[in-house]
Amino acid sequence: MSYQRLGLRWTLIGAPLLWQLLFFALPLLFLLVMSFWSVQNFQLTPDFTPKNWVTMMRRDTFWSAYQYTWVLALGAACSASLLALPAAYSISFHLSARLRRYAIILLVIPFFTCYLVRAYAWQIFLSDNGVYNSLLGLLGISPLPFLNSAYGSLVGYLTLCMPLVVLIQVMGMMQIDRSLIEAARNLSAGPWRTLFEVVIPSAKPSLVIAWLFAFILSFGDFVSPTYLGGGASPTLSNLIIDTVKSGQQWPRAAVVAIAMIATLVLTSLAAVGFAYKGKK
Amino acid sequence: MWNLIRSSGRLYTLAVIAVILAPLAASLVFSFNADRFPSLPLKGFTTEWYVLTFTDPLVIDAFQRSFLVAIPVGLVSTLLGFAAAYSDYRYSFRGKSLFNLMMLLPPTIPAVIMGLAMLAYLSRVGLAGNAYSIFISHVVTGLPFAMALIRLRLAQMDPSLEQAAWNLRASPVQSLVHVVIPFSLQSLFAAFLITTAVSFDEFAVAWFVSGLEETVPVRVLVFLQGQVSPRINAIGTAIFATSILLVVLAMSFSGLGKSSKPPETP
Repeated sequence: MSYQRLGLRWTLIGAPLLWQLLFFALPLLFLLVMSFWSVQNFQLTPDFTPKNWVTMMRRDTFWSAYQYTWVLALGAACSASLLALPAAYSISFHLSARLRRYAIILLVIPFFTCYLVRAYAWQIFLSDNGVYNSLLGLLGISPLPFLNSAYGSLVGYLTLCMPLVVLIQVMGMMQIDRSLIEAARNLSAGPWRTLFEVVIPSAKPSLVIAWLFAFILSFGDFVSPTYLGGGASPTLSNLIIDTVKSGQQWPRAAVVAIAMIATLVLTSLAAVGFAYKGKK
Repeated sequence: MWNLIRSSGRLYTLAVIAVILAPLAASLVFSFNADRFPSLPLKGFTTEWYVLTFTDPLVIDAFQRSFLVAIPVGLVSTLLGFAAAYSDYRYSFRGKSLFNLMMLLPPTIPAVIMGLAMLAYLSRVGLAGNAYSIFISHVVTGLPFAMALIRLRLAQMDPSLEQAAWNLRASPVQSLVHVVIPFSLQSLFAAFLITTAVSFDEFAVAWFVSGLEETVPVRVLVFLQGQVSPRINAIGTAIFATSILLVVLAMSFSGLGKSSKPPETP
């Protein structure tokens, strides 16, 4: 009986733990180890050399990609958060329970469609003879180069992040005590004052977490910068793909990957710290 | 003032949802458009792209492989996700927060990095470049979703239910099989369908580790690297239909879950 209890306990804890150790933790650890290996005669060779790190850190292409990725992801996360806020507010406070349910279902749908296809579909809208430029043409405006620019990448990132950002913001706002908002109204605070002094401070953790998810998603994405941004200025993900797919330089790609993970961990820690600052 | 805000807020929400869903609608509409290049006005109705797509042996092959990978991924992710969710619900042990972190972290790691790490690691142990490597990687990403869904359901279960079963001399395994699993059955189905859909849609890690064994989204990626083709819209609409079917099924299962009760006698 107690043997069975112990056996069950260790099977249930052990099985998923073993899987994630073997196929999640170890691969990531190996990435770190591999960044110190060398490539000899196109063969990955165990080694302990700082060469890859030195090479990558000295490259201007790495730093310009790093900067570009940071700026784009920051822009995407901030614009997604700002654009989502009024929608999340409206879904949380102005829709009936039934309409809210429909809105949430509509926002969940994009998670289950291939992001690749959605990015491709944006080409239909953004290309030189696409939907937007056809509409602009009707107004007598000459085609604008939406596609193959940072703007194209940004549209792709927003496609990726917006549904998640709205949903997380809604989750946060739904937890606000309604009587706080009524109290603000009764004390004759206007809508803006209510938003800035009641809603945003109360929902702050979820707003920051939503921002963080948008940042993480955009920072790691390679589809939008490649197929909507034109791939002219590579992001770090593009750099990894190029390094892996052409030339077998896996250790150098590992250096880029570790740099990305370090950036994401630091950003997450800072964001979570900011989110819960001043809360007990 | 409040009313103006209210109605403009609703209008804005509608616009945001419309923009989010616009690419889906566009890809559906243009998958039936006769013109090879996507532009307005539409040229006329055709099913040519669907015929072209689904007579392409590479696409058929990719669909078969996708299902062959996604269904086992759904099964194993759900089993492991249940084990992880139940461990979190029932047991307390040292390093539990680290355990949960390791279970739930994978979706936050960028897919390109996971792809590189899995490719490097799996090729070291001789598992890269085939359908197994996709299966292994997708379970890593699927497990967190399954765990989260099942954990939510377990949170609704009264812990004394299981204790009652133990008092009635049910063994831990018996109470698990006759109390816990029936209680969370709908969430298990939902988790299976969602993780299957997750695997069916994932392209970045699959692209890295699969070598020449393409799944459907990897096939789309290859199409994308080539020239503009309405076949991408056709194949995208097919993927969408498959995923939505899975999700609608999952939702109806988890919807049923709310009214279910555990059996009265084990």
